[in-house]
Amino acid sequence: MNIKLTQYAANGGCACKIGPNALSHVLRQLTPPCDPNLLVGIDTSDDGGVYKLNETTALIQTLDFFSPIVDDPYLFGQIAAANSLSDVYAMGGKPLTAMNIVAFPLAQLDGSVLLAILKGGQDKVTEAGAIIVGGHSVYDKEPKYGLSVTGTVHPDRVLTNAAAVPGDLLILTKALGTGVLATAAKANLFATGVEAAKSSMITLNKTAAECMDKFQVHACTDVTGFGLLGHLYEMAAGSKTAAEVNSQVLPLLPDALAAAAMGLIPSGAYGNRDYLKSVSFAGTVPENLRDLCFDPQTSGGLLMSVPESQAQGLLAALQAAGVASATVIGKMTAPGRGEIHVY
Amino acid sequence: MSINVDARGLNCPQPVIATKKALDSIAEGVITTIVDNAVSKENVVKFAKSNSCDVSVAEKGNHFYITITKGEANGLVESTQAIPETMGGTHVFLITQNTFGHGSSELGTVLIKSFFFTMVEKEPLPKTVLFANSGVKLTVQGSPVLDHLQALAARGVEILSCGTCLDYYQLKEQLAVGGITNMYTIMDEITAHKAVTL
Repeated sequence: MNIKLTQYAANGGCACKIGPNALSHVLRQLTPPCDPNLLVGIDTSDDGGVYKLNETTALIQTLDFFSPIVDDPYLFGQIAAANSLSDVYAMGGKPLTAMNIVAFPLAQLDGSVLLAILKGGQDKVTEAGAIIVGGHSVYDKEPKYGLSVTGTVHPDRVLTNAAAVPGDLLILTKALGTGVLATAAKANLFATGVEAAKSSMITLNKTAAECMDKFQVHACTDVTGFGLLGHLYEMAAGSKTAAEVNSQVLPLLPDALAAAAMGLIPSGAYGNRDYLKSVSFAGTVPENLRDLCFDPQTSGGLLMSVPESQAQGLLAALQAAGVASATVIGKMTAPGRGEIHVY
Repeated sequence: MSINVDARGLNCPQPVIATKKALDSIAEGVITTIVDNAVSKENVVKFAKSNSCDVSVAEKGNHFYITITKGEANGLVESTQAIPETMGGTHVFLITQNTFGHGSSELGTVLIKSFFFTMVEKEPLPKTVLFANSGVKLTVQGSPVLDHLQALAARGVEILSCGTCLDYYQLKEQLAVGGITNMYTIMDEITAHKAVTL
């Protein structure tokens, strides 16, 4: 089977997300619902919705799907599922059930391609300890796949992206650069980096999330289409803090800097950069590293905001559990409105 | 050797790949890549720079003509280099009001126009001009010194406006030149460089 799935997609992975600017303009015209049991709604740009069922259980619901970011259908299914499941982990929950969302040109592409995508998704959902209970499919010239995932969490243990506190340290659990390297893959360049990106994208955030259980994490989100700085901005703005990032310690996928310097940068990175007006860079941060800070990630890592006294303990736990890229990348510096300084 | 690469209508990363093929095919010479969107323009310029080529961009309508010079011919087009990096000095201005000095605001407006006009004319140019408080009224649409600031920006001077101040005056949407900054950067800039506050 020699299928090049990405040829069917204008923009793959989270790079096909509607830009934050365009999206917020539309969403602010809707009135958010008001319900005492709604613990997390759409108003804080969080990863998923959380609804309290009773004193011990709240439901987390999330949905994510996108067009192919890689050519291999089984790999695409795995990446899409890891990416969808991630939102539940970012809220502090455990995935329970999932439903497939499929758009597929069944007339042009063989059914075996769809089967491979679904098999990839199913294998990741199984690895997460959850089950697929159904789904929905439509005909579409551009294939798309993802999952709606339902998870559970104790109402007191919900991790939002809006409860960081000045003084917290920031931990990032996966290396950056999947957007740039997916672009490099389309150009048949940087094979080492491309393989590393694939392996990173199919890695569940399950282990990283489980490590948080024993610590008092204030806020958590996963880094996806808006890039590191876009998601950090949402966290800082939601928490009314300002943040700083040490660009010199950022975990980066191999070849990512070289690919960025070469101009293999997805348009989503520029969209993120143009939207984020409250970011400032020290003059010493090179352009390719700045670009990676805005690079849209697919199935990116968790970004955790942790009290300084617990950060080293959590970092050690993450690394001991095999989350090798986990790094303290910066801190919440002061009360603010989402200002970010990168040095 | 001169090659034209028409990359209009191509999706990312094809404009970079087409330019790379052309560049790899010659030892020296000039390549002109034509693209129809700002993302492709930025990516092709980055690619050219990463190959130590000289690069300049001309905008015609919605299309960008990117001229890339490789090898010996490199020195010939130095004067058209897109982003001059050595023309500026190392000093920084912090502009904290929209007029020059205290007293008559009418005179202050005349003087601030004259101040930025002179800044454009006189080298060395500053490294950065920071705008805070009512100073941000100078970087937005309708500013009496917008032309001068755009000229400075085009010559590589960093123009930065305080985001809190733009918010306060509700001018963020009207920002017409440069970027937005915060107090960290302002502090960095005025402590790391020779700074003059107005």
